[in-house]
Amino acid sequence: MALETTSAGVAAVGRPLRWAISRRLTPGPTGVAWLFVMPFLVIFAVFTAVPAVMAVTLTMTDIGVADLRDPLGVNFVFLDNFQAVLTAPAFLRSALNTVVYVGIGVPVTMAIGFLLALALDSGIRRARPVFRAVIYLPVIANVVAAAIVWQYAFTLNGPINSFLADLGIAGPNWLGTPTTAMIVVLLLTIWRTTGTCMVLFLAGLQSVPEEVHEAASLDGAGYWRRVFQMTLPLLRPTTLLVTVLMSVMFLNIFDEPYLLTGGGPLGSTKSVAQWVYEQFGFGNISNAMTGSIVLLLGVLIVCVVQLRVLRPRQ
Amino acid sequence: MNRLHAMRASGLYLVLCLVSALMLLPFAWVVFGSFKTQGEFTANPGGWLPESFANLQNFVVLFTEQGFGGFLVNSVIVSGVTVLANVLFCSMAGYALAKLPFRGRGLVMGGVLVAMTVPYVALFVPQFLIIVQLGLVNTLAGIIAPMLVMPIGVFIMRQFALSIPDELLEAARIDGAGEFGIFFRIFLPLLGPAIATVSIFTFLASWNFFLWPLVVAQTEDVFTLPVGLAIASQQANTTAYGLLLAGAIVVLLPVLILFLFLQRYFIQGIATAGLK
Repeated sequence: MALETTSAGVAAVGRPLRWAISRRLTPGPTGVAWLFVMPFLVIFAVFTAVPAVMAVTLTMTDIGVADLRDPLGVNFVFLDNFQAVLTAPAFLRSALNTVVYVGIGVPVTMAIGFLLALALDSGIRRARPVFRAVIYLPVIANVVAAAIVWQYAFTLNGPINSFLADLGIAGPNWLGTPTTAMIVVLLLTIWRTTGTCMVLFLAGLQSVPEEVHEAASLDGAGYWRRVFQMTLPLLRPTTLLVTVLMSVMFLNIFDEPYLLTGGGPLGSTKSVAQWVYEQFGFGNISNAMTGSIVLLLGVLIVCVVQLRVLRPRQ
Repeated sequence: MNRLHAMRASGLYLVLCLVSALMLLPFAWVVFGSFKTQGEFTANPGGWLPESFANLQNFVVLFTEQGFGGFLVNSVIVSGVTVLANVLFCSMAGYALAKLPFRGRGLVMGGVLVAMTVPYVALFVPQFLIIVQLGLVNTLAGIIAPMLVMPIGVFIMRQFALSIPDELLEAARIDGAGEFGIFFRIFLPLLGPAIATVSIFTFLASWNFFLWPLVVAQTEDVFTLPVGLAIASQQANTTAYGLLLAGAIVVLLPVLILFLFLQRYFIQGIATAGLK
């Protein structure tokens, strides 16, 4: 008993002592570290963490524009909003459109980006930075400016259709027809995201050791066989990253359809994000948030599935 | 064998030139169109080249009648403050997260990583509710506030900070320097490339950000360039293309110039951080 007391006593004395020693040895006490993190943390909490929590909780309330001044006066309706949103035809249409954007946009962008990266990785050392820069340029171009150019290019008598007319083809009313409007939106989005895929794939390709290629070509494997059987498996981590990145980007698509077509004609190009934005504009805040949470769940599911399917194999 | 190789190489160049031309085509249309008069668009809507590259009428109208001068000033303020705040706050946080072991560090880092994956669409409505409470609706401060710290900035700073050897900081500590002295005199000067990357990222993000300023700004005096341009394009009934394309140039040019000089940092940043 006494022994225990003593050892506890020693421990009690020893703790601050050890702390004092470790304080001299390990860099900086916790207080200073918090001072460094504090400015970031406060702003992050107010404008990211709290909104994230609000996004989830407010979906279960009937918050509307009248509650803006007094957000605590809302009523809890729990999952009613989800039922309302998931049965609204306009929401389902926007969900379908978003699935089309993801389903076509992601594979096409990734395929083009990968092929361009392959081309840039195969030998052309001197011209590589120039091509890389040019292909990357659309990524940094402002989307509003880009949308205006595309609107102009695809007008009824615009440059595209007059070019088609020179070839003897009667160009369609691109932005006025549901299918072609979708195509133009996709073209703009693909133009704006291919560069990102290309840069990421190129970085991945350049980390594959030269010897791997040499060994494979000595074995007499043809170029495309080497690509499919050696390069792609080696690039698995990069492919995973690009797939997740592109899927999240396309799931959240807002700027391109909103600016090009306004979601029309007849809601045929409206994305979930634009539906959320519109509900917000109408003052249906609980609907807007519920829609965005459905989108968030979609993003999570897609990410988890991709992480499982494309996980690097041990 | 060699001729086959040469043929393949020239084929490759051909394809890459073609793709590059397609990528550049929209930029060519912006430049050509911005010098055209409205008459040229009506007379020959499918034409490419303007009659004269000396016709600056569109730009003059843009700045004297359409308020683009004000939008430009707003955009510069928004991006300037965003870049400065991010460089300072993110480097401080990145330093602590990489070099100062403290209780809750894992939690903060986890929060940063989770935040990078939350889609923005899920955040802008609650962010707006907070801005309403703070009385910042329709102010530049309201536009800037959520951009003051971007999680990606902290992530980049921390990654870079990890590569700085502890011995360097330890030596300064033994010499009796305080943590803030170490941060400003030793750590920050070593952070050059990370500061460049974060500056470029946050400049691009804030300059091109469309949805949030569109939500916060409600009158012309707080429009940023992208919002001003989008509203102009909606009001113009999509006919005043000369004016709109000139506006597009004003929005695009600062970013393009920056890219021309700092291309290396843009692409390295993307490739290393693996994020847009």
